Amino acid sequence: MGTLASVLEKAGFATVALSSIRGQIETTAPPRALHCEFPLGRPLGKPNEPEFQRKVITTAFSLLEQPSGPVLVDYPISIDDDADTPLSCPIPPADTSGRNPAAAEALGLLPAWRRTQDNYGRSTVGKVVTAEQVPDMLDLFAQIADGESWEDVGFPGDPTKIAADIKNFYEEAAISLADTPPSARRAESWFVTETLGGKTIQTARIKMKEADVNFYFWYYLLPMTQHHAIDTN
Amino acid sequence: MSDEQLRTTLGGLKSFTFDDVPWTTPKPLHESRVAIVTTAGLRVESNADWNAGDQGFTQIPHDAENLTLAHYSPNFDRVGWVLDKNVVFPIDRLHELAEDGIIGSVAKTHVSFMGAQPDHTLETIRLDSGPAAAKLLTDDEVDLVLLTPV
Repeated sequence: MGTLASVLEKAGFATVALSSIRGQIETTAPPRALHCEFPLGRPLGKPNEPEFQRKVITTAFSLLEQPSGPVLVDYPISIDDDADTPLSCPIPPADTSGRNPAAAEALGLLPAWRRTQDNYGRSTVGKVVTAEQVPDMLDLFAQIADGESWEDVGFPGDPTKIAADIKNFYEEAAISLADTPPSARRAESWFVTETLGGKTIQTARIKMKEADVNFYFWYYLLPMTQHHAIDTN
Repeated sequence: MSDEQLRTTLGGLKSFTFDDVPWTTPKPLHESRVAIVTTAGLRVESNADWNAGDQGFTQIPHDAENLTLAHYSPNFDRVGWVLDKNVVFPIDRLHELAEDGIIGSVAKTHVSFMGAQPDHTLETIRLDSGPAAAKLLTDDEVDLVLLTPV
């Protein structure tokens, strides 16, 4: 972010960067930066709070009054995430056709996921698979959790991207299951610690680590914020 | 682990530092044409994939409706984006500031790169894609860039 700001400033634009990681903005030292201690992924702080967002922007633009740089100012309001506080919400009835429990759970979540699409019109599912393919992908992760090699289960693409599609699917379904819009990482925490889908990927992740699979393919199956040690026995 | 701990870990990673801090004297804010440059890995089509290490960029029209956040990293919240695109890409806030006369105008062209790049030298961004994106913004007569990180 800081380096990119400097590239654009060199090209003749005045730039103001919002910052989310102070250590990096200190090192890259762009001309003007407003450091905001907000949840990572929410650089304007609060979704659907226009006045809050506007205040962040106008505070950032006030840095243009400084005569020289680098300028680095801390925004006076901080917002914490909830990585360790799982969302509390009902999980809809699972599919009853007899497939593995995680896949059946995901099938039961499809209506909630579709309601989120109808209400908000945005999804981050689709790196490799669609929402409708998520149950099939959980079948594959369940096979790894049961001891099969990840290379033999037939993933249609990079397993880290497929795991991201699954996580994003659950989080987007949770938006429609919760009483209020989830704060940052609450749905993530719910997915990993409260759902069969999340527990299946966590178990597969540990199995792949124990099998000395390439670091990239097991480490990035879940966010670093949810790399809890789990009992795989 | 919380974002606070993640910040400590990520804040210690190597970064590229220019020898000098570049400086462009800003125009008055109420006369400035403003563009957003984000590192959220936004795409205007429904492709939700952006490979780690890809230092390219996408062009985001100011009135694009079907934006997708395609960033490769799992290490940040995406729910906020689904709830409100402005928490990442505050285009509606810029239009309001223009209507209120606080900024001059909103660019027609905005830009997305992707953050969390494994190559900390960002050589491609510095020498190729960054200047190419700047050319697009120059063609749109942009004066001021607001950068939002993901």
